[in-house]
Amino acid sequence: MAKSDLDRGSKAFARRSKRYSIFSLAKHAGNYHQEWQQAWRHAEPKTTYDAVIIGGGGHGLATAYYLANIYGITNIAVIEKGWLGGGNTGRNTTIIRSNYMWDESAAIYEHALKLWEGLSQDLNFNVMFSQRGVLTLSHSEHELKEMSRRVHAIRLNGIDSDILSPAAIKKLVPMINIDPNIRYPVLGGFLQKRAGTARHDAVAWGYARAADDLGVDIIQNCEVTGLRRNGNKITGIETTKGDIKTRKVGCVVAGHSSVLADMANIRLPIASRPLQAIVSEPIKPVLDTVIMSNAVHMYISQSDKGEMVLGAGVDKYNSYAQTGSWPVPEHMVAAAVDLFPFLSQLRMLRQWGGIVDTCPDASPIISKTEIKGLYFNCGWGTGGFKATPGSGHVFADLIANDRPNTIALPYSLKRFETGYLIDEHGAAGVAH
Amino acid sequence: MLRIKCPFCGYRNESEFSCGGEAHIARPSAAVSDKLTDSTFSEYLFMRENPKGVFLERWCHTSGCRRWFNVARDTVTHQIYEIYPAGKTPKTTIGKKAYQVNWRRKSKAEVASKYLKRTPK
Repeated sequence: MAKSDLDRGSKAFARRSKRYSIFSLAKHAGNYHQEWQQAWRHAEPKTTYDAVIIGGGGHGLATAYYLANIYGITNIAVIEKGWLGGGNTGRNTTIIRSNYMWDESAAIYEHALKLWEGLSQDLNFNVMFSQRGVLTLSHSEHELKEMSRRVHAIRLNGIDSDILSPAAIKKLVPMINIDPNIRYPVLGGFLQKRAGTARHDAVAWGYARAADDLGVDIIQNCEVTGLRRNGNKITGIETTKGDIKTRKVGCVVAGHSSVLADMANIRLPIASRPLQAIVSEPIKPVLDTVIMSNAVHMYISQSDKGEMVLGAGVDKYNSYAQTGSWPVPEHMVAAAVDLFPFLSQLRMLRQWGGIVDTCPDASPIISKTEIKGLYFNCGWGTGGFKATPGSGHVFADLIANDRPNTIALPYSLKRFETGYLIDEHGAAGVAH
Repeated sequence: MLRIKCPFCGYRNESEFSCGGEAHIARPSAAVSDKLTDSTFSEYLFMRENPKGVFLERWCHTSGCRRWFNVARDTVTHQIYEIYPAGKTPKTTIGKKAYQVNWRRKSKAEVASKYLKRTPK
């Protein structure tokens, strides 16, 4: 990837009147905030576009934004079946980190993390990116050794990662239970200080607003029902709001990837599973970092509102129902209470499930297909949110140039034939 | 929470079972192994049917009799239409249809013909 692409700076909001700033805030305060402009238009589909992005989640909107901003392709539509960011973008635990073991993963997730660091300025929208650190715990001798190996691999890629002792962990997270006699005692952990969380809805809104400003049409409540092709070339899509002609279609639809692939007669190694999360009632600040644990299989953070946000692994069978099965949250809460006994006093407010696109090697697919002009960005499984800006950027690059850049190259669909898998199952912070 | 009727033990909670994913995936035949391409083997190893609707899948009663069987289940409603023995094909209309529409059971020409109608005149 040419780094200079990103250094060109944002072309969005060149008209200063639409920019959010302290001055626009003061101006609008004068008339009781009654005249704020719409953040994005409610577009209806045109008959022809240069490119169509299917899926109006974070990754899809980011793709459209970078296509317009960096590659100058502004005649684009983002087609969304439901409402903007109503899928997994709004159904995740917002954890962002780049401490992956393999070089290929480090490249894409670190690329994303660097983009996160300037994202609020770039989009002129506060995505509330908070680098509060992500601490991954180890609970056995074996895990400690594995952690040490992983930490050194991560550091070799220039990504920050520090090993912490139980005493240091207790100092960082006073609420944690480091009693050596619990079922899975805390023996150590590693911390990525630059990791953290962001406001997931703001990410979708920020990208949507910036893309819209560059002329991208965001079409909501519009389901894709078919892909049109002439021989081996994409010629358009069929939607519930009529047919659209286009030569380039980027599919960024997470759990529904297989449904779209089936329309194009393409096979994917994807299994759609629910990934659940729950939040408690809001309480005063007790946890200012993100804690993950592989062995007890859960992750926890505290939202800015004060809710404790908990998540765990995927459900064990394929599903397209955005709910999830009860044994998963039950296990998740039991694991959390073991580590944070005070949680047993809390009431849980909400539970939800998002349908994630799990891949055999727990790494994404960012790929061309056998059909010219049809591109897939999927397989992010349980950890796609953290990659949103990086994923959008490299996918935009792939669509614009019709060839993968060095970051996207290993993520080709062809890897399932060559055997060059990027196996992040064991290397991920939490087992997938 | 699914309640699954194990053919050997009766109704049990889903937490007693493990799901083994897509059923009826045949290993590419040894007889044609010298003609086996990476693509064929990739389809066998990695490519998966992932329908939004009726799915034929393998389940194992891990915490019970530890035996395998097949289930026809809707992935949207989670309704179970049929439970049938491993190595057999489904008997119900819904199960049979799910078995037949799978691309693995069709020739390349049959699969391609399904998509011809998408090609504009």
